[in-house]
Amino acid sequence: MESPLTISQLEQKASDIRRDIITMLEAASSGHSAGPLGLADIFTALYFNILNINPKEPEWTERDVFFLSNGHCVPVQYAAMAERGFFDVKELVTLRKFGSRLQGHPEREKLPGLENTSGPLGSGVSQASGYAYTMQYIDNINHRWVYFVTGDGELDEGNIWEAAMFAGKYKLGNLIGFIDRNNIQIDGSTEEVMPLEDLRGKWESFGWHVQEIDGHNIESVIDAASMARAITNKPSIIIAHTIPGKGVDFMEYDYHWHGVAPNSDQAKEALKKLRTLNGKISHEGEGV
Amino acid sequence: MTHYQLTENLFDDVKEEPTRAGFGRGLKAAGETNEAIVALCADLTESTQMHLFRQAFPQRFIEMGIAEQNMVTVASGMARAGKIPFTSSYAAFSPGRNYEQIRTTIALNNQPVKIIGSHAGVSVGPDGATHQMLEDIALMRVLPNMVVIAPGDSIEAAKATHAIAANGKPSYLRLAREKTPIFSTEESPFEIGKAYILWEGHDVTLLGTGTMTYQLLKAAKLLQEKGIYVEVVHVPTIKPLDDETILASIRKTGRAVSAEEAQIKGGFGGAIAELLSEKLPTPLLRIGMEDRFGESGKPDELLDYFGLTGEKMAERIAEFVSATPKYHQGF
Repeated sequence: MESPLTISQLEQKASDIRRDIITMLEAASSGHSAGPLGLADIFTALYFNILNINPKEPEWTERDVFFLSNGHCVPVQYAAMAERGFFDVKELVTLRKFGSRLQGHPEREKLPGLENTSGPLGSGVSQASGYAYTMQYIDNINHRWVYFVTGDGELDEGNIWEAAMFAGKYKLGNLIGFIDRNNIQIDGSTEEVMPLEDLRGKWESFGWHVQEIDGHNIESVIDAASMARAITNKPSIIIAHTIPGKGVDFMEYDYHWHGVAPNSDQAKEALKKLRTLNGKISHEGEGV
Repeated sequence: MTHYQLTENLFDDVKEEPTRAGFGRGLKAAGETNEAIVALCADLTESTQMHLFRQAFPQRFIEMGIAEQNMVTVASGMARAGKIPFTSSYAAFSPGRNYEQIRTTIALNNQPVKIIGSHAGVSVGPDGATHQMLEDIALMRVLPNMVVIAPGDSIEAAKATHAIAANGKPSYLRLAREKTPIFSTEESPFEIGKAYILWEGHDVTLLGTGTMTYQLLKAAKLLQEKGIYVEVVHVPTIKPLDDETILASIRKTGRAVSAEEAQIKGGFGGAIAELLSEKLPTPLLRIGMEDRFGESGKPDELLDYFGLTGEKMAERIAEFVSATPKYHQGF
């Protein structure tokens, strides 16, 4: 990237991504709303600041790699990729449609720029760990980083903790993950469905460096990633506290929006009321 | 037809070795010429014979602990980073425990990860049904992109290991714990997707996969003494199946038998039934496990009990031949 975007430019970009998400989901008339909206600020930070990537050359051998573990949140990744220039934003409305490269859950072979295929939960941390292990121990590459995002409900999966043990054992210092700590899953609150706390203590005891941040503060997201890169003797996890549905009043905090898309009236309303991180309503229903 | 070189003393003092031993040697040898090969094991490194690779290339071997789900998904990530990962455990655990991870992150993701399922079949013996994997062929052969191979002996297992190291595809290799007769030679051909005629005849085609092929050869000899002339076709690659060789033989004989140390429903016998019912409806006898689990016992005792020895197979095949007219061309 030429010169990095300022924080206020990034915040504007996050709003664009939220607008894209609402428009895509309405067009698809299915998909997950809450998670992608809640992750918009983290994905903005990743795709416009943290990741060393080249949208014109997705397989660039010097790139940082990013693995999405909670594949159902892929609309936010597609939107961030399109806004970053991996493909035309006009393609976003093909999400979940027949013949689209934007599958309902991400498929690596369909869309250049995706590193993995995911959807069934719990596998992304392992895939990222395998890549990180390869660079650290086999290819001796120490200037590239492996990032991942996982949901919090997803942490119910045993595979996650197998991966946590593995990355901890091998001290994968080039591995940096974000947990989308939005406290919801399909059946309700994470702490009711299957309690995750003490979440920080769990990851620490597995040998990870743990940070907790406000996942809607883009500057904090960027700073936490820098801190994580400075910790080279263990893998890093960043527990990012987020609000599911962030930016759209009537979706925020409501787990019912986990797995559904807005209908046309709801999307119109959402776009009208879409707020920036500063609380300003900045769009008037402008589509993709 | 390629001439298939069988070992000289096929029935008398035939050399024996487990197929997993051939895999262990083959992996080490493949590792010598291909630096992209890495090996992962879930706490069964000697059992699966990966210790030979570990000794030779400690930097390219990864101990995963008893975590089969993590093993194959880490391997998927390593493949993304340009490696050719071989993952090994008992077949009951991999692909038994981690089937979804294999489906999503290896088959659908189309990464060249190799799943090595050792200790397959009832011949695992005293460990009993939990460890006697019988459903792996059925599970793996229905996955798009996946190659499925059950080598007939240890020499072929080494060749198959080299072949899957080079095929660039998700692949499953099914291995056995016990020593089994080595019927092939270093000179015998092996190619992924090819079946081989080991014994020519005209009364019935016997299709064998894995170590059951040797039992069919024994049956062939016993049947010949009774005046029944069988054709034995060795089918190490279950997917993709060599339709052409199999159908050509059955067109000639008009009867078919399949043999495997696995569930016949969905397994190798299932694959043959699919092929014949679509392409060449023919009377078919499927030998293998008939919708039941195994149990503890000595390997030989179990193979005999479940009808998976040459002697037991010869009896069933003789009955099948006498009770079943050849009919296939009038359909």
